[in-house]
Amino acid sequence: MRNLSVTLWAALLIILGLSICLYKSFTLGLPLSPKQNTEVWTIQAALNFQGLGGPAIVDFHLPSTTPGFIKLDENFISKGFGLSTEEKNDQRKAQWVVRRARGQQTLYYRLSVASSPQQGMWDSRPEFPQPPTHTEPYNSAIKAIIGDVRNESADVFTYTRELLQQLNAPVANDNIELIRSRAHNAEQWVEEIINILKGARIPARVLWGLTLSDAANDARLLPMLQVHNGDQWLTFDPKTSHPGTPANFLTWYVGSEPLFDVEGGRKAELSFSVTRTYRELIDVARQRARQMNSIFVDFSLLALPVQSQNVYRLLLMVPLGALIVVFMRTYVGIQTFGTFMPILIALAFRETQLLWGIALFTLIVSVGLMIRFWLERLMLLLVPRLTAILIIVVLLMLLISLITNKFGAERTLSVALFPMVILAMTIERMSITWEENGARTAMLYGLGSLVVASLGYLAMTNESLIYLMFVFPELLLVALGISLWMGRYTGYRLSELRRFRDVRTDISR
Amino acid sequence: MSFIATPKRLRGLGLLGINQRNADFIMRYNPRKLYPLVDNKLRTKQLALVQGIAVPELYGVVEAQYQTKTIIEILGQHQDFVIKPAHGSGGNGILVITGCMGDYFQKANGELLSLNNIRHHISNILSGMYSLSGVADQAIIEYRVKFDPVFEEISYRGVPDIRVIVFRGVPVTAMVRLPTRQSDGKANLHQGAMGMGVDLRTGVSCGGVFRNQACVIHPDTGKAITGIAIPHWNDILQLATRCADTVKLGYLGVDIVVDRYLGPLMLELNARPGLSVQLANQRGLLDNLQAIEALKFIPEDVNARVALSQQLSSQHPNAGDVENPASVETP
Repeated sequence: MRNLSVTLWAALLIILGLSICLYKSFTLGLPLSPKQNTEVWTIQAALNFQGLGGPAIVDFHLPSTTPGFIKLDENFISKGFGLSTEEKNDQRKAQWVVRRARGQQTLYYRLSVASSPQQGMWDSRPEFPQPPTHTEPYNSAIKAIIGDVRNESADVFTYTRELLQQLNAPVANDNIELIRSRAHNAEQWVEEIINILKGARIPARVLWGLTLSDAANDARLLPMLQVHNGDQWLTFDPKTSHPGTPANFLTWYVGSEPLFDVEGGRKAELSFSVTRTYRELIDVARQRARQMNSIFVDFSLLALPVQSQNVYRLLLMVPLGALIVVFMRTYVGIQTFGTFMPILIALAFRETQLLWGIALFTLIVSVGLMIRFWLERLMLLLVPRLTAILIIVVLLMLLISLITNKFGAERTLSVALFPMVILAMTIERMSITWEENGARTAMLYGLGSLVVASLGYLAMTNESLIYLMFVFPELLLVALGISLWMGRYTGYRLSELRRFRDVRTDISR
Repeated sequence: MSFIATPKRLRGLGLLGINQRNADFIMRYNPRKLYPLVDNKLRTKQLALVQGIAVPELYGVVEAQYQTKTIIEILGQHQDFVIKPAHGSGGNGILVITGCMGDYFQKANGELLSLNNIRHHISNILSGMYSLSGVADQAIIEYRVKFDPVFEEISYRGVPDIRVIVFRGVPVTAMVRLPTRQSDGKANLHQGAMGMGVDLRTGVSCGGVFRNQACVIHPDTGKAITGIAIPHWNDILQLATRCADTVKLGYLGVDIVVDRYLGPLMLELNARPGLSVQLANQRGLLDNLQAIEALKFIPEDVNARVALSQQLSSQHPNAGDVENPASVETP
């Protein structure tokens, strides 16, 4: 009965924790594993113009919907200009305004993005376009092309692809040659294609974007073709006919308008520079958390100030260490000094690394033990004796730091971060166990404490686990469920299998 | 003998593991609020005296550091005595003085202690060094048991005691814990004492265990530990049963000593008795425990319960009765 309700609770907690975790991972795109670093692209647009002395208004298209990327950060650097942004119809625009602009003016817009598979799509629904009228011979050429393509396509997607393939074919008929002759650059080429598609009453538009590559200082926006199939906008590369955008292609804006417009200035020039940096994924996740309006993210640890975050990064690992202690005690039957003392030792190991930690711990505890045995002869009261041991431990730590510093070993300086009270208590308990249950038991307990502490250290410093617990703190529910479940384990411990191995007769027969 | 046993084999033997003991017996049958009755040996003793249960005579209690100066007055004319912490566990902190030699006191192992040594020991007890949670404690000074001569040849300094496990007021199993050189006169198995299994029906010993190894002779005296009849056996079982009635703990370990002049005396009670009794008797506890758990009716009368326990014991006879001595290892 009790077992059943414990199992139910445990299952409930585990399922709840895992569901929230998976929801966050799949729906919100929070990655489950920390690829230590992730690519972050920083794009800087610098707009230069000569002010004419009067008021100046600068309109500039900003990235709005960026499929495949998430915007982490953006800022505007524009001394003396008033800035407003507005967003409508899949477009987002910044407007800089100044009362008096004289001489060289530079406006900066800087954007950081990271790739993210889950980023949104355009949701505008265009009208069906009216077929435009063309002069001959273009009119009949376009009509012929539209007819050819229609025969070999089934829907908007296949129609567009077929059209692009025919237009880009190495061997082309006269109609296509005629169209090609009209387009002198990539933008005109896309406009031609849009015109043809309008003739077929397919809504189409230009999409401008940037191919991100490292340290590009003269990047240019490239036009892409977008058609609407009634549900969503589909993107095609007008040069290669491939659906979708090229790799690392950051969408900047859609529409045939120019990227920027300067009123009250001349010699306006815009340049893009792109740099690639690597940032810790957790940073990116933090930025991402701010932008997603999900209740799970609003209440995420990533929203806390960085210092508190670091505290929690450590704090959240302690339950994992405790689970290891539970497992080692209930299933394996390892004896340790104090229930959670191994966790505290493991936390201390974080500062010294494992091997050094074990060495220093063993050194201090054994020297401390020797002195403790000498203290025993002085017959001190308990608390004064503990204080004496504590002082001796601090002295030992000081000594170790000074000596190793002389020899230039920096690592051992971190011994100062060892929790001295824990060391003192370990020494005291160990010496009592030693006196009462013999050296063997004391060593066994000490070894058990070190083994559990080492395992705890390995788990608690595992980068993947730290990341998981921090980004998905709901895994604590899973840990709680596991501890409930382990709490009703009534089977034998591994140590008992050995302890009772020689019981001879099978009395039940 | 293999390195470890399989869980299946142990289950077949009806061995109780520590996890199951805690979860299925201690937690279920021992209400936490009753623990202080047994964790504080002074309270246990006072409770037992009220119920007319025989215990070693109490000479005095030291409750505060300043009283350590007056222990001479507490000791009075007593040449031998035992000092123990009221909240001690596992036999820790127990000091047995077997006699006085001038200004010195002789420990059970022959070591001489000055009065200062004894005061230091008492102040250690008072400051909580031996208590479970390290809280301030009391030191009990009491009669030193002169054990029955039957144990003379099978114990090495110190007092052998009889551990009876009582479940729902019915004795389940028993063993005699024999001090050895390794245990320093203490009677705890994990400190190196020897466990001697006893047939619940007859009170006759049937081999034992030392350092987790089955054996039939005492490691220090070399005497056989099989076939020894424990005196006052029925009284011992009755005493254990009455102790369980007194503290109302469902799963209880009762430690009893047999004094050569006073007969069975209850030494202390234990709400979390260990599992070594299974090794001493070479049999699992689980069958008997489950049989008693299944009982709908348990008689009120102490004699009836003792009889019931012995009857249950016959249904699951001791391994010692059917063992093949040739397979027994000697240390």
